[in-house]
Amino acid sequence: MAAISREEVAHLARLARLAVNETELDTFAGQLDVILQAVARVGEVAAADIPPTSHSVPLTNILRDDVVKPGLTRDEALSGAPDAADGRFRVPRILDEEA
Amino acid sequence: MTITAPPEFEQVVARYEPVIGLETHVELGTNTKMFCGCPTEFGAEPNTQVCPVCLGLPGSLPVANKAAIEATIRIGLALNCSIASWCRFARKNYFYPDMPKDYQISQYDEPLCVDGYLDVEVEGQTVRVGIERVHLEEDTGKTLHLGGATGRIHGATESLVDYNRAGIPLVEIVTKPVAGTGALAPEVARAYVTELRDIIRSLGVSDVRMEQGSLRCDVNTSLNRPGDDWGTRTETKNVNSLRSVERAVRSEMLRQASVLDAGGTITQETRHFQEDTGDTRSGRSKEEATDYRYFPDPDLVPLAPDPAWVEELKAAMPEPPRVHRERLREQWGISELDMQSVINAGAVELIEATVAAGASPDAARKWWLGELARRANETGAELAEVGATPAHVAELQRLVDEGKLTDKLARTVLEGVVAGEGSPAEVVAARGLEVVSDTGALTAAVDEAIAANPDVAQKVRDGKVAAAGALVGAVMKATRGQADAKTVRELILSRLGAV
Repeated sequence: MAAISREEVAHLARLARLAVNETELDTFAGQLDVILQAVARVGEVAAADIPPTSHSVPLTNILRDDVVKPGLTRDEALSGAPDAADGRFRVPRILDEEA
Repeated sequence: MTITAPPEFEQVVARYEPVIGLETHVELGTNTKMFCGCPTEFGAEPNTQVCPVCLGLPGSLPVANKAAIEATIRIGLALNCSIASWCRFARKNYFYPDMPKDYQISQYDEPLCVDGYLDVEVEGQTVRVGIERVHLEEDTGKTLHLGGATGRIHGATESLVDYNRAGIPLVEIVTKPVAGTGALAPEVARAYVTELRDIIRSLGVSDVRMEQGSLRCDVNTSLNRPGDDWGTRTETKNVNSLRSVERAVRSEMLRQASVLDAGGTITQETRHFQEDTGDTRSGRSKEEATDYRYFPDPDLVPLAPDPAWVEELKAAMPEPPRVHRERLREQWGISELDMQSVINAGAVELIEATVAAGASPDAARKWWLGELARRANETGAELAEVGATPAHVAELQRLVDEGKLTDKLARTVLEGVVAGEGSPAEVVAARGLEVVSDTGALTAAVDEAIAANPDVAQKVRDGKVAAAGALVGAVMKATRGQADAKTVRELILSRLGAV
């Protein structure tokens, strides 16, 4: 059985706003399936008492004190933006595809 | 109000049982953001409190703010929660420009605090509201929609984004479903948010100001017929005052009942509270965007609060507001019923501060529950936003106590204070409202009144002391109400040899 269906790939592409055509869907679904199947093999050897790993280093509680540090100026912050107006990032209309 | 014809509401709760739930977001008052050292001041120029971390620039790495973690644990402890011994932050992925990373760092299935409760008092009953979870996340940026007629998102052609708020620590507090409160459901909702606000304020971790958005509330409501399973719930957003919390639950109960009565079904959806009409309107329906694909944030290591640290925080918790209120009640020497009026008016802290500023508890209570409460009621404002401060009220009372203002004049002065004309002393000076205490001027006015009303004066001389009222009236008129009536009366009686 496939680890990921063509429909799931289409759904994920939509959530990520990626324009994926029918041919690409077939390609990516196949490729992703190979990757996921390979990763799924880990589950075959991991015993029930081994918790899933989310972090590869055994660290906890890396915290910082609540002290202000200088950040970017507004010009610096906006310098990489495709568009800006009134000191703000300008983005295209948001809801037309969701409404 | 247009929505709450009481008989109709009574009929609704006779036929249906409400279940409510509340999700409250509290912006913490830390110096810096959740995962970077950017400042968090309210009202700064757009995009001046940002850095590579909160802008999600490549190569930047978040590091959690210790003060925010501590504040969240303290909130959890105040709400009788268990504190997780180990938990992680998760990425909540969604496509919306209010977060530059295209995900919000939040907590998913491993919240920092779980399974607590908060007891609230409503009409002499104690209602226990279960707390499902308290978790920590980051706030989003502010979007400004352009091109639409009303500045709303629908019809907008483009949006402008300010990321100053993006990344400010935000605590989300979620209740368990609250069932069985019947007709009291709207008041329970309000009492819960009020108590929560007071608790968080007492911890000093947030200024919890609903009108500035540092305390925000979403209200879930459903109805079911007695004996049936719980109904489909709606989530009402945009509830921005304590009063609105109560109104939102009430109006949503009425709306759902009318749908169900007509044989309809409730759609699970997000609704928006309308401050002007007090009802709710359908918002964006919950589409597939709720597919947030949460996963543990690989850039942030797990949190494992040391039990010793948690115990230390627990030992240093402040007096809970309920206990604090009881202590104040005893200090002020008032009954539980009177204290309840103070609580209902949202005046506890205002009176406490007024007393601290030098007024007697009775005087402080008189002004806040009298003139100022009436004023707040008329304008629909919260008492704290009515325009007078505890310092103003204490100063006003001092002027009365010193005999510089009569009670009546003080009310006029208070009107001026509320209208923004300045402190009581400034209003007195600007409007020339001080009591005429110059005995010479007052005596002259009394003599004039006696001369102008010889018949009345004779009656008083003959022992009909009650007749002096007419002369007092004449003097008050001559002094434009700026004399103390009691002093005037004594002066008249003594001039006429009637004492």
